Amino acid sequence: MTVHIPSPLRSYTKEKSAVEAEGITVAEVLSALDHRYPGLRFRIITEQDTIRKHIRIFVNETQAQTLKTPLRPGDEVYIICALSGG
Amino acid sequence: MSDRHRAPVKPTTTTRTSATGPVTLLIGTRKGAFIVRGDRSRRTWKLSAPMFLGHIVHHVVLDPRDRRTLLAAARTGHLGPTVFRSTDFGKTWKEARNPPAFPKVPEGQKGRVVDHVFWLTPGHASEPNVWYAGTSPQGLFRSADGGVTWEPFSYINDNPQYREWMGTVQDGTPDGPKLHSIIVDPRDHAHLYFAMSGGGVHESVDGGKSFTTLVQGLEVVDGFDPATVTFHDPHCVRLCPRNPDRLYQQNHCGIYRIDRPSYQWVRIGRNMPKKIGDIGFPMVVHPRDPDTAWVFPMDGSTVWPRVSQGGKPAAYVTKNAGKSWVRLDKGFPRSDAWWTVKRQAMTADAHEPVGLYFGTTGGEVWASRTGGARWDCLTRHLPEIYSVEAAEL
Repeated sequence: MTVHIPSPLRSYTKEKSAVEAEGITVAEVLSALDHRYPGLRFRIITEQDTIRKHIRIFVNETQAQTLKTPLRPGDEVYIICALSGG
Repeated sequence: MSDRHRAPVKPTTTTRTSATGPVTLLIGTRKGAFIVRGDRSRRTWKLSAPMFLGHIVHHVVLDPRDRRTLLAAARTGHLGPTVFRSTDFGKTWKEARNPPAFPKVPEGQKGRVVDHVFWLTPGHASEPNVWYAGTSPQGLFRSADGGVTWEPFSYINDNPQYREWMGTVQDGTPDGPKLHSIIVDPRDHAHLYFAMSGGGVHESVDGGKSFTTLVQGLEVVDGFDPATVTFHDPHCVRLCPRNPDRLYQQNHCGIYRIDRPSYQWVRIGRNMPKKIGDIGFPMVVHPRDPDTAWVFPMDGSTVWPRVSQGGKPAAYVTKNAGKSWVRLDKGFPRSDAWWTVKRQAMTADAHEPVGLYFGTTGGEVWASRTGGARWDCLTRHLPEIYSVEAAEL
């Protein structure tokens, strides 16, 4: 499935704004991404497996609250950098 | 008390003789890192392009053991904390494979999360590739591979007593509670100090297997009990390179000195002018003279403006271990300069006379080639400055 990468993370994805990754949960997709782009996951997910304060993850148009959020073939995952001050 | 407090200092080029080479300043700011390169005379300075533009960089430190490797503690407003490493003095950078992180706790329990890496300290000269890191919230970490991978160090991160002393995020500084001032005794790699805002000063003589508190004589905010370690707020602790038994400390509640093996800090800030007081963030020690130290006082009255007293910036120096202080403000604006100099943002080189350097919350870098007798502004218009380190190559 397609994962949309925000600009702050594109230094990890060789400037690609969308990449392909497989998994049946958000957690699996992020693990696959981290395997391919080492370090990316920790910048958006804490050591306690929670989504960082100013990061949002959407599956299609629905916000994923946890990494256990299931994914179906054809879903699109959006990693969003929320407002974080000036 | 162990003999480690009486052993002579092994003379090194950094402690006995003055340096003569060019000085390079490593600047960490709220919006990236910068390098300011000086010439041998320390008269001409050149500002680099920003590195990690947009990252919040709390500390950039040179490895004195190879004089080539840099570590930078960084995060962004959105992205989590990490450490970047350069082995070519900043030309290229690579991110740590495992940045400092607390252990994951079992599901259902609330584990701690590193918000940012705040402090970096190279390990002992006998331990190449060892580094220590302090984080916010308070955590102590160690790398044994030059900063590529990091592990929690010692037992303190998860110890119930230490967790009580660390308090909660609400008990810490406005930018989060911090573990800082990680110090390695140049005589003994196993002799360590660290400090926490809040949470006091702590010492280990066994390489971190155990720590004891070192807060006797330190004052706390009026109405609180100094016997409670939680209430202690050291801002910056420095060890004198030429006499590692002497440490100076700028605390939330004054300026102190301790001469080991004593466990008693002495409030030498009482000797500061009353109208200036002895509140501030940074503490700078002389590379060769343990009686000389510098501070940069700030307004700690009423609501704690944390700016220069009266808008008139001044450093103060003692040359007699705190018995008296002399104002150093030649070259600074005479008024209307509402600076703060943060705890990692003031440092010294090892030249003769000693060069002093600091960065302000207003993005200016100031320097003195004369131990503070005369100050010059090296550069302006940088983002808010968090740290300044003088690297001598």
